[in-house]
Amino acid sequence: MSLLQVDDLHAGVDGQAILKGLTLRMDAGEVHALMGPNGSGKSTLANVLAGRPGYEVTSGRLSFKGRPLDQEAPEVRAQAGLFMAFQYPVEIPGVSNMEFLKAAQDSHRKANGLGPESPVAFMQRVRTLTEGLALNPEFLKRGVNEGFSGGEKKRNEILQMLLLEPTLAVLDETDSGLDIDAMQTVASGVNRFRSANNGVLLITHYQRLLNHVVPDFVHVLADGRIVESGGKELAHALEERGYAWLTA
Amino acid sequence: MRESPLDIVDQEYRAGFTTDVEADTLPPGLDEGVVRYISEKKREPRWMVDWRLAAYRIWRGMAQPDWAHVHFPPIDFEAISYYSAPKSLQDGPKSLDEVDPELLRTYEKLGIPLHEQGALAGVAKAGNVAVDAVFDSVSIATTFKDKLKEAGVIFCPISEAVQEHPDLVQKYLGSVVPQRDNFYAALNCAVFSDGSFVYVPKGVRCPMELSTYFRINERNTGQFERTLIVADAGAYVSYLEGCTAPMRDENQLHAAVVELVALDDAEIKYSTVQNWYPGDQDGKGGIYNFVTKRGACLGRASKISWTQVETGSAITWKYPSVVLRGAGSVGEFYSVAMTNNRQQADTGTKMVHLGPDTRSTIISKGISAGRSQNSYRGLVRTSPAARGARNYTRCDSLLLGDTCGAHTFPYIENKSPSATVEHEATTSKVSDDQLFLCQQRGIDPEKAISMIVNGFCKDVFRELPMEFAVEAGKLLEVSLEGAVG
Ligand SMILES: Nc1ncnc2c1ncn2[C@@H]1O[C@H](COP(=O)(O)OP(=O)(O)OP(=O)(O)O)[C@@H](O)[C@H]1O
Ligand SMILES: [Mg+2]
Repeated sequence: MSLLQVDDLHAGVDGQAILKGLTLRMDAGEVHALMGPNGSGKSTLANVLAGRPGYEVTSGRLSFKGRPLDQEAPEVRAQAGLFMAFQYPVEIPGVSNMEFLKAAQDSHRKANGLGPESPVAFMQRVRTLTEGLALNPEFLKRGVNEGFSGGEKKRNEILQMLLLEPTLAVLDETDSGLDIDAMQTVASGVNRFRSANNGVLLITHYQRLLNHVVPDFVHVLADGRIVESGGKELAHALEERGYAWLTA
Repeated sequence: MRESPLDIVDQEYRAGFTTDVEADTLPPGLDEGVVRYISEKKREPRWMVDWRLAAYRIWRGMAQPDWAHVHFPPIDFEAISYYSAPKSLQDGPKSLDEVDPELLRTYEKLGIPLHEQGALAGVAKAGNVAVDAVFDSVSIATTFKDKLKEAGVIFCPISEAVQEHPDLVQKYLGSVVPQRDNFYAALNCAVFSDGSFVYVPKGVRCPMELSTYFRINERNTGQFERTLIVADAGAYVSYLEGCTAPMRDENQLHAAVVELVALDDAEIKYSTVQNWYPGDQDGKGGIYNFVTKRGACLGRASKISWTQVETGSAITWKYPSVVLRGAGSVGEFYSVAMTNNRQQADTGTKMVHLGPDTRSTIISKGISAGRSQNSYRGLVRTSPAARGARNYTRCDSLLLGDTCGAHTFPYIENKSPSATVEHEATTSKVSDDQLFLCQQRGIDPEKAISMIVNGFCKDVFRELPMEFAVEAGKLLEVSLEGAVG
């Protein structure tokens, strides 16, 4: 099944062109790694997919599970199964993590014609996921990302992904800033998540994550376009040689 | 079935309907004759009419205050009618069976149970709540009177208390808010029509929540209710006040006075959920809510706690205060004030520490949206005798959008060298990034805003009686409508 289809996408933010003819296809069951120099447009792609206000598609086509995305509100895309783990997760003081997770799940279920899950079942599921990510259950009572360390925020993003079970997960540098143990925890979370029915777009700078989450494809984004695609060996080549040989 | 005054709200201003009852309404205008007329209608004793007339003369010599951060054209006090009563109630209903069915239906529509059976059916969820319902100028029904009487608690319209308990009324009326306190209070003293009176005797814990429900119906009428609550030594009472009005294009004046008196070891918890009609999106119509609320902790170790959720009114001007006279007495003020569209709120508190070891806590949460203006104004004063007094103030503002304003005016007058006065203030904005995070998780922006705002108000909602906290959250949700672009 075609999960994501991006054709000759031109997009930008605040009137500045950033993506300049990007083409990318993903099928269900695949993990794609997206690499590339700082400022090449990786996060921009993630935000455009998620429909973040301010990001504008100027030309090209964008479809998710066969339906065009251009007009849909961010929450509608999310409810349809498109998930984005933020490179820099924000804090929402006063709103507890538990309450936030519940609201997120309820809205997903509602979009699928389901009522809220029973509170007990919900809580047990969240607890299990929390433990699996080596997060202290106390985190559930604290404000969303409030006072969390960088690594804790990233694990919290994975917690949300595992709870919401999206069909496409775009993980924007979820491995950055993680210690070695946390990296393995996150990687095993992603591995547990991946299945024949969903896809993962892993935005990363490091080969290290890809040793744990082995990608089917690796793409290099430079100056708003994919300049090279290959299998997992491409990531090794990049680790050794950098990007210069591709962008020169 | 509906069981609380706040249930009335779900989508728009649901309480905005009018009731067709024949009313006995005085023509607009105010002079001594009007004051005498009101007093006669209520068959008041001599001392009461003299007190009103004295207040009227004081009021004549006063000017409308202009220091608050609110703007409105001058009020024409000659254009207001100072008395309106449903005709069927002219001689006062003796029992619920005598109340005009049209009125009962009004309260039913508003979700206020005036039939005790009805109220009882809701008990499991709503707890025991006795209701005094004030319609324009008169109290139309008080429920659970008998059950309260058994406990020795007096809960009745203040007009009735003047007749039945003159000694108590005469002793305490005006003892906390004197006639000359301020312009609107003086006006209230002269023309107050009805309101509630509560007396909880020594050592009695009031067996149920007491509640007054105010409703303005008649056009061009002002509502001037007067509430007096006295908790004798060791007594406890929790009291809730709710309000609504029809949607009308003109502004209507509501100038109430509430006085609380707590003797030794007594505690009064007073909660308000104010949902007067706020006017339309462009600021047309709505209630001017100019209210004086003050409590006196006269006794040692007494406690008075104000909790308010203010979402309605075109203009709110209100500073529920506590005078801490008794040694070790405690004053609290928990407030959520939400303004949207063209609403203006200038609200806060005064904590006046007179006795030693007195303590006060102020938690204020202001939320502004649309083109509204929201100000916190608070005074903490300690006298030289207030040795070891402590105050903690926390004042947070939350802005939705950038066309609204939030302002903080804290005044501290500390004359006690051993007192501790702490003040913290923050201003934050609901950011686009926070909204987008919620949306990316499938939560629509309206729900996201209400979740964030509710989180912001948590510290105050916690102080509300349980059955009203949820409703307060819903009320905010309604007020927030249209706050996201
Ligand atoms: N709001 C904005 N206005 C103008 N330029 C922007 C804006 N946001 C991003 N950019 C620019 O767009 C370019 C691409 O940014 P983007 O965040 O997509 O890069 P990235 O590939 O994710 O980089 P990194 O590896 O550092 O995370 C950068 O040059 C950035 O400065
Ligand atoms: Mg990035």
